[in-house]
Amino acid sequence: MADSAVSPTLRHPAFVRVTHWVTVLAFAALVLSGVEILISHPRFYWGDTGHSGMPALFQLPIPASRGHVPTGFKTVLPDQNGWSRSLHFEAAWLVVFAGVVYGFVGLASRHFQRQLVPAAADLRGSALSRALLAHLRFAKPEADYNVLQRLAYLSVIFVAFPLMIWTGLAMSPAIVSLFPSAMAVFGGHQSARTLHFFGFGLLMLFLVAHVAMVIRAGFRQRVVAMITGVR
Amino acid sequence: MNPLSRRKLISTGLATAAGAAGLATAARLADHAGLMPPPQGGFYTPGDSLTYAAQRLLTRHTLAREFRRDQISPKPFPNPTSPKSDEYKRLEAGSFTDWRLTVEGLVERPMTFSLADLKSLPARSNITSLVCEEGWSYIAEWTGVPLSLVLERVGALPQARYVAYYSIQQGWDGSIDMDDALHPQTLITHTFNGADLPYGHGGPLRMRVPRQLGYKSVKFINHIRVVDHLKPAEVAGDYSWYAGI
Repeated sequence: MADSAVSPTLRHPAFVRVTHWVTVLAFAALVLSGVEILISHPRFYWGDTGHSGMPALFQLPIPASRGHVPTGFKTVLPDQNGWSRSLHFEAAWLVVFAGVVYGFVGLASRHFQRQLVPAAADLRGSALSRALLAHLRFAKPEADYNVLQRLAYLSVIFVAFPLMIWTGLAMSPAIVSLFPSAMAVFGGHQSARTLHFFGFGLLMLFLVAHVAMVIRAGFRQRVVAMITGVR
Repeated sequence: MNPLSRRKLISTGLATAAGAAGLATAARLADHAGLMPPPQGGFYTPGDSLTYAAQRLLTRHTLAREFRRDQISPKPFPNPTSPKSDEYKRLEAGSFTDWRLTVEGLVERPMTFSLADLKSLPARSNITSLVCEEGWSYIAEWTGVPLSLVLERVGALPQARYVAYYSIQQGWDGSIDMDDALHPQTLITHTFNGADLPYGHGGPLRMRVPRQLGYKSVKFINHIRVVDHLKPAEVAGDYSWYAGI
């Protein structure tokens, strides 16, 4: 009680808490369904075209759920694409809604400026390297978001998630018919798919780092704070 | 229970009821505007309906991306199909001269076309990408009769809302709304990269819907039905009915 009384601005605002947990739910569904979709063709290409009869840019060392994919494995996994695709897009809608609410309220309430945009002084080389060294020494995180944390949150929210949506939509033939050039900018359908996969990798890295830092900062307390708002 | 929480409970209840009524009204309005997919039911209805509504609002008249001739895939990939049926083999032995495409349902003049009939109709071509829901894709030149032209010949009635099409292979079918059925790039294809459409790509006749994924481009079609509603079995299935994404 003392904490929140002293510094009420340090509480997680309700819109952050709600959109955070909605995104957690949707992200879990996106990862699960995305992996299921991926195993129907765990090969990647660059450009407009790519298929089982073409050399791959790279391929994952796993069996596929389709017999025609040259994986090197005899096993053919069960086909789960139907529900996976529907779940993927339903969860993507949920993320889009959460993102729109978060973006609007965050801008209107100056949450981004106050909590996420780093101070100019913190972006100087010396300050950045100090923060990085403290981070590498596993220094206990401070109450306020540090500069690395701010940059990580900003890049996930304003770069990684929008790019995932963009590369995802670039794989939709109907959306490509609407915005041909905005979708061709990635180099074609297969390039967009490959970048979507790299984006998934980056988001998983963020997830691991994020959860690790939450554990370091006190898992129970941090999770309760993100539920009740009291930090 | 103190009065404040009771008031909160009542207002929450009222808000929920208003929200539900609002959603129902929105769904009715969307249906009226042709923005609701045929009812598939189930947990994924919200996502599938939002996708369909958004894409119908944005892409009613857009054209699928077309490619240059030099972008055609050198080795287009024929997705494996079930083995040829006896009927297919019999028709193939006769060079498909006995292949018939029946068009019926909500039309003024039900008609049956032979391959020669279809090939004598004005043809359109497009060099488009076939994108499979599995993730792979290739580019080919598809040539055939626009479905819109066939619908004009048979006199599709104004109450038509969907076109369903069936394969000679049991259990293969597809259906599209009138936006896609009347779309200039939707073709009943008989020619693939300048030659007769081969078996692996759905020859002798394949429905080609380039703004949707490959599973709506049904192979070996011999039957088209114009309808005002789809049977539940034609909508339900493992895969979303609408495949624009």
